[in-house]
Amino acid sequence: MADLIAIGTRKGLWLARSDDDRRTWRLDGPHLVAQEVAAVAVDTREAVPRVLAGVQYGHWGPTVTWSDDLGGSWHETDDGAIRFPAGTGAALARVWQLRPDVAARPGVVWAGCEPHSLWRSDDGGRSFGLVRGLWDHPHRPTWEPGGGGGAVHTVLPHPTGDRVVVAMSTGGVYVSDDGGSTWQPRNSGITTSFLPGPPPEYGQCVHKVAVDAGDPDRLYAQNHFGVFRTDDAGGTWTSIAGGLPADFGFPVAASPRTPGTAWVVPLVADADRTPPGGRLRVHRTRDGGASWTELGAGLPDGCWTAVLRDAVCVDEAEPTGVYVGTRDGCVYASADEGGSFTRVAAHLPDVLCVRAARLP
Amino acid sequence: MSVEVLLPGVLADLAGGRRRLRVDPPPATVAGLLDALAAEHPVLERRIRDESGALRRFVNVYVDGDDVRFAAGVHTAVRDGAVVEVLPSVAGG
Repeated sequence: MADLIAIGTRKGLWLARSDDDRRTWRLDGPHLVAQEVAAVAVDTREAVPRVLAGVQYGHWGPTVTWSDDLGGSWHETDDGAIRFPAGTGAALARVWQLRPDVAARPGVVWAGCEPHSLWRSDDGGRSFGLVRGLWDHPHRPTWEPGGGGGAVHTVLPHPTGDRVVVAMSTGGVYVSDDGGSTWQPRNSGITTSFLPGPPPEYGQCVHKVAVDAGDPDRLYAQNHFGVFRTDDAGGTWTSIAGGLPADFGFPVAASPRTPGTAWVVPLVADADRTPPGGRLRVHRTRDGGASWTELGAGLPDGCWTAVLRDAVCVDEAEPTGVYVGTRDGCVYASADEGGSFTRVAAHLPDVLCVRAARLP
Repeated sequence: MSVEVLLPGVLADLAGGRRRLRVDPPPATVAGLLDALAAEHPVLERRIRDESGALRRFVNVYVDGDDVRFAAGVHTAVRDGAVVEVLPSVAGG
C-alpha cells in the first residue's frame, strides 16, 4: 500500500510518496521541469495509476500530458489533447482542472479550461471533446475573466446520475442534469461584492465548490467573499461563514467519507490575501458549516503567503488525509483530518495544485 | 530548392534531435511552412502555433532576419532559399 501526492507548481511537478500509511513522505522531482502545472489528477480507476497534468510549456503553449509510471515517462497526444474546433476562433490558454469521473464511467476524464470551457475525454485523458452545451450557452459572452483568467476551474460529476456541476471565475455555478447538453446557472444567494446592486442570476466569482460525502445535492462553495452551502444542488445557497476569521479564500474541500465535514483556508481580503495575523490555519466543519474549528498543529506562524483554489485536497484513506500547498512552495500533509500537519515539501515554486491518492 | 528552418535547442527533441530542418518543396508562406512541419512533426508545430492558426504569443518567427509580426504574420511570404528562424521572446520569470 502506498500513498501519492502530486504537487503542481509554476515550474514543474513533484511527487511525494508514502509507504507507511502517510507517516513519512519521500519527495521526488522535479518532473516536467520548468513547465507550469496548473492542474493535476491521479486516476486510480485502473490497475496502473495514471498521473495527468495540465501543463504550460513556457513560451510554447498548453496541453495535457500523462504518465503511467509515476513520472518515469510522460506522453502527450501528437495532435494535442485539447484543441478548440475550427470555427470557434478560440485557442486553449490554460488547463485549470482535470477530473477523472467515477469508476462506473471508466475512461471518462473532465477538463475545465481557459477560455471558459468544459471538455470530456472518453479515453483516459488522451483526447478531449468540447462540451458544446456549455460553450454555446448564451451567457458565455458575458462571463468575465477573474484575476487569473476566465476559466472553468471546477468540475463535479455526479456519483451516480448524469448531473455535472461546474464553477467558473467569473460566471459562478452552472449545473447540467443531462450529462452536459444543457446548463442552468445556480447562484441564488451567492453574493457579488464586486458588482453594484443585488446579486445577479450569474456572474459570481465562485472560487471552488466541493460535494458533501453524504448527499450529492449538498455542495460547499468558497466564494470571492463568503462561504456558502446548498442542500438542493445549487437551487439556493446560504452563508456558512459564521465563526470563520475571514470569509475570503480560494479552496474548499469536503470529506469523501464523512457527511458534513469540509475544510477551508481563510485569507484576509481584499487587498491582503494573506492568512489572518500571518498564521496559516485550516478550518474544519463537522456539521455542514454550522460551526468551524481552527486547526493549526504543524502549520506555520509568520506566514504571509496564500493558498490557491486547487492547492487543498483530501484523500480517500481512513482517516481522511488533508493536504495544503502554499504559494511560497510548501506542502503540508495531515493523516488525521487536519488534526496535525507535517511539512512534506519546502522551497518549491508556487504550489498551484495538489492531489492525493491511495495507489491501487 | 527548399527553405531552411532553425530551431532553438529546447525544441530540437520535437524535431528528431535536429536544430536545422530543410522543407522541400518550399512553401509560399509561413503558414504553409508550419503546415508542412505539422505533417512530419505535429508536436513541434503545436509549440509554435495554436489551433486558431496564430503564432503563440511569446514565440517569434523571423524570415531572413525579419520578424513576421512586423510583416504579414503567418501570411508572410517565404522565398525559395529563405532561412526561417524560430526563437522564444523575452518573457518569463
